[in-house]
Parts: sequence; C-alpha cells; structure tokens
Amino acid sequence: MKRLARLFVSLAMIGLFVGAPFSWSAAKNDWPMEAFEPDLTNLPSLQNGFKLYANYCLGCHGLQYQRYGRTADDLGIPRELALETVVFTGQKIGELMTTSMDPEQAKAWFGATPPDLTLEARLRSPEWIYNYLKTFYVDDSRPLGVNNGVYPNVGMPNVLLGLQGVQRYDQASGKLFVEEGSGSLTPEEFDVAIYDLSNFLYYVGEPSRLERQRLGIYVLLFLVILGTFTFLLNREFEKDVH
Amino acid sequence: MAENQLNQKPVESSGLMSWIDARFPATETFEYHMSKYYAPKNVNWLYLFGWLATFVLVNQLITGIWLTMNYVPSGDAAFASVEYIMRDVEFGWLIRYLHSTGASAFFLVVFLHMFRALAYGSYRGPRELVWLIGMAIFAVLMIEGFFGYLLPWGNMSYWGAQVIVSLVGAVPVVGPDLMEWVRGDFLMSDVALNRFFALHVVALPIVLLGLVFVHFVSLHHVGSNNPDGIEIKKNKDENGVPLDGIPFFPYIVVHDVDATVRFLFVFCLVVFFAPEMGGYFIEKPNFEVANPLKTPDHIAPVWYFTPYYAMLRAATFPLFGMDAKFWGLVTMGAAVIIPAALPWLDRSPVKSMRYKGWPSRIALGALCVSFIVLGWLGLQPATKTYTMLAQLFTLLYFAYFVLMPWYTRVEQTKPEPERVT
Repeated sequence: MKRLARLFVSLAMIGLFVGAPFSWSAAKNDWPMEAFEPDLTNLPSLQNGFKLYANYCLGCHGLQYQRYGRTADDLGIPRELALETVVFTGQKIGELMTTSMDPEQAKAWFGATPPDLTLEARLRSPEWIYNYLKTFYVDDSRPLGVNNGVYPNVGMPNVLLGLQGVQRYDQASGKLFVEEGSGSLTPEEFDVAIYDLSNFLYYVGEPSRLERQRLGIYVLLFLVILGTFTFLLNREFEKDVH
Repeated sequence: MAENQLNQKPVESSGLMSWIDARFPATETFEYHMSKYYAPKNVNWLYLFGWLATFVLVNQLITGIWLTMNYVPSGDAAFASVEYIMRDVEFGWLIRYLHSTGASAFFLVVFLHMFRALAYGSYRGPRELVWLIGMAIFAVLMIEGFFGYLLPWGNMSYWGAQVIVSLVGAVPVVGPDLMEWVRGDFLMSDVALNRFFALHVVALPIVLLGLVFVHFVSLHHVGSNNPDGIEIKKNKDENGVPLDGIPFFPYIVVHDVDATVRFLFVFCLVVFFAPEMGGYFIEKPNFEVANPLKTPDHIAPVWYFTPYYAMLRAATFPLFGMDAKFWGLVTMGAAVIIPAALPWLDRSPVKSMRYKGWPSRIALGALCVSFIVLGWLGLQPATKTYTMLAQLFTLLYFAYFVLMPWYTRVEQTKPEPERVT
C-alpha cells in the first residue's frame, strides 16, 4: 500500500510539473470546429434531441442525475406522452434516466465504460459534442471500423451511421464526405438532428439555466430600485458630514 | 471610548430598554460599537471591503447551512448529491451558486481589504493586533476554502486536494507519515472527504467567527485608520468626540448599506449570468466525478490560490540537502505568513502612502503587479519561461517585505497634516 501511495503522489507530481506543459492545448484537438449556438427556447429542437437521445444514446450513456419527469416538463412534453415515447426501461416518470447497460460488460466490449453524459456539455462544451457527433468516419485500422475527427481513436462505434450514412475522410483535402444516399437522412437533415441532440445535452447539463437567467433579470431590477433608494438615503446623510 | 466603560456611567434609557439595560449591556454595547463609535470622516471606497467581507461571510454561512441539508459527504454520493441540489432541490442551484460565487467574492474583497491596509499603513501601531488577527483570519480562510473545494468531489477537487496534501510529504523526516495521517488513508478517499467536511462546516467556521469577533473588538478599541494615516483621537471636542469623526451609526451604516447593494448587483450578475465565470470560479474538470485513476490534463487551483501556487512551483532546485518540493512548501508558507511582520518592517515616520516617498509607492506597485502576474502564472502550465518568470516575480513579491525596513527609512516623506484632509 505504501508503494501505491507513493505512486499516487508521483502521479500528482507528474501532473503538476511534467504533464502541465501538455495541458489544455494538447487536450484540444486541431480539428477545425464548426460553430454551435445552443438555443434553449427552441422546444421542438430540444424535444427532438430528447427523442434521439432516448433512441440512440441512452442504451449505453445514462443521464443519471436527470429525471424523466423534469425533462418532460421543461421541454413541454405531456408526461403520459413521454412515458410512451422516451421511457423504454419500464421506469417511472419521476426516476433518474439511468442506462440499463452493465458497466463491467461495457468495459469489456468497448475498452472503457461509456461515460454518463449528464454533464458532458459542461465538462467539454456543447460545441464539442456537436462536432464530435458529426465527424465519425470509416477507418479500417480501428477495431470498430470507425474513427473520429474531434476525438481520435475513440472507442465508441458510429451509432448514427444509419442516419448519416457512410462518411469517409479524404487525406488530400483533409475533409469528410458522405457517400450519397447511404443514410436515411440528407446531410442537411442530419445536421439538424445533431444540432437538436447537442442542444438537448446542453439543456441537460444545467436544466435550470433559463430559470436562472429569467430570475436574474428580476433580481437585478430589484437591486436597481433598492439601490436608488439607498443612494438617495446615503446622499441625504452625507449632507451632515462636513 | 474605553473610558466610558470604565466609568460605569449609567446609560440613559427608559421603559423596556432600561429593564434590559439593567440586566444586559444592550444600549451600552450599541453605543460603544455603533452610535458613539466614531469613524474618520475621510474614509473612502477602499474602506468598504471589511464590511463586504463580513457580508460575504454571512452569505457563506447561510448558504452553507442550506447546502448541508442535502449534501452527502461520502465518496459514493457527494458528487451526485451536488447534482441533486442543482436539479431536484427547490432553488438548490441558486444556493449552490451563491456559495461558490461567494467563495471567490470572499477572497476578492479580502485581497482589496488587505491592499487598503498596505496603502494606508493600517497595520501600524496601535493597530498591530488588528492586523495580526486579520492575518489569522486570512490563513484560516485559505484553509477553509481549500477544504470546501474538495467537497463537490469533482475530479479537479480530488486532484487539487491530492497535490496540496502531498506537499505535507515534503516535511523532513516525518513527511510521509504525516501525509498519511492528514489523509487518514493511503490516497484521497472517503476518510479525507469526511474530515474535510467536518472541518469545513463546523470547526473552521467557529474559529473564523471567533477571529472575526476579536478583529472587531480590537478595531473598535483603537478605532479605524484613514487615508491620511493620522489618529483622529488626537483632536477631540469638549465631550471627547473626535473632531474628524462621524458616528458609525447611522452615517457609516447607511453608506455601507448603499455600497452593499452595488456589490450585490455585480455579485448577482455573476451568480445569475456567469456562475462558472469562464471556468475560473467553477473549473470544467470538476463536472466529472473524482477519479483516482484519471489525472486532469492540467491541475490548476482556483484563482485565489494561484499566486501562492505559482510561488510553490517556482522552487525548482534542491538546497541544503532538502529537495525542491520542500522549498516550494516553505516559499508558499512564507508568502502567506510574511505580511504578519509588516508592523515591524515598516520604519517610515508616516503611515499613509499619501505621505510616503516614491520608493514605497514603487514597492507597493511592484507587489501588486507581482501578485497579479503570479496569479496568472499559477493558472498556466509550468513551462521553462513561465517558471523563470514565476521565480522573478516571487523575488519581487518578497522584496516588498524584506527591503521595507530599508526603503521606508531612507526615503523622503512628506509631513502628515494635523487634521484629516
């Protein structure tokens, strides 16, 4: 155990002194990122993102801190409808959106347990998610036959292949292109789907965001009014000081 | 006004108040600390930060108590309980952001409060004890902030604590055993989390409140300093009231209340519109649960620790048979403690920067610049250039203190005025 302790300390020190120069700049990928502007007021987009997540992602990636009921309420989906369309696990509407996949088995299959994605948009960024989901391409050198532009050598299979179609990477131009007609969605429709999915994950990262901003405006307005009175009161008292 | 207390003059009150005053010094205390406590009339905006620090302390206590109601101090549940607060507790997100933003605000106002003391010589006699107690508050506050930062049990919490606790291992001879004793385990675990929790929510707040109380008591005994650095008690009217003083209540209180609203406006801008503050108040890697097997790419403490962290990293070479890590620890400790010596380092005949000479002004400016640059460097990866810069600015930081007896004695000062300006 002593050696283990020493190992941890050394690891920490390595992170401190040696690993530091590689820092965020190394974690960032050189892949040219497309801009992504989330919109939490676009309920149809969030609803579609929720549906896509439940159908394509939740099997492996849980949202273990977020509840079905709250999500349905925030996104303007009647709870009965949500139970029918997005709860496939027989859970109750008030339950957390956990995944049914066994983490140990998943680790054996993919090399790493698929991470929970509740906070992914806050850990990385919604822009990262958007670009990551769009840049899977065929790579026969990888165990699952796919690689990713934003996250090279990722262990995740291309789950959205059926929607997007076969995407290849052109070494010469450094660009990705989709084989026409190989997916069930057109490139434009696919972009919209990924936008909705990323937008949904942005919402899940902090479901109270809109309420926070809405309340913030009232709080600031109140402080302006209160501040006017305290300012005038203070000015009155300052007249006494010579 | 200690005279009043010693005189045991009966205070004037009637009705219920006289009944209370006969049994509890209510009116006497109010007069001593409020309505007959005279503050210099020339105090400026820099004098607001002491009060604002108290205000933020109260915010931390109240939001902290509410957070404790739903927080679970255990390695398995801490992270999830924070997300539970953020999502399922009514206004839990607000309470949490008030607390996390409050932590940063606390250090900001305390740094400005300390700057004020440096600029106007508030640490000089007869206020040495006010200053020393303040330094103790600052040290406890840093430890409190450090313990609190582990509690969300995010990956940056975990590794930040791991790095800092491992510093204890640099202590000669007993280091490794001491480190194990502090952690209560061979690595950061439940045990450390639970004791950090106990210290953060019970022990240190009690110490902090006690210290703040004696900070006030000693301050009200000697009276506030002012931008001119002269004693208003030297010039009193026939009733013993300082000619340049104004009663704390209502004048200063009304002034402070007005300033608090302005402060709250800025504070709420952050709480409601930028609670992460671009990753400076809540760091991105902390949105991932603590993982002993996954070191974040770049471990950086929260911004208010980074000047000291940069000084810790600036020690890169062994000396006198001790390794660099030990000297880093010594440098960091010295950087925190050395301001406590200020009352005895400053040999100037005047207190305030208004009447000190250029060497003092340049020295204080250099201190501020080096503190800010070190703060920035502490956030950056330790490249060769940055480490050299950190070493340079660490020297500059210490030069302010070490050279003070010399430059405050040789410089040309201006005469202090008889009355405040």
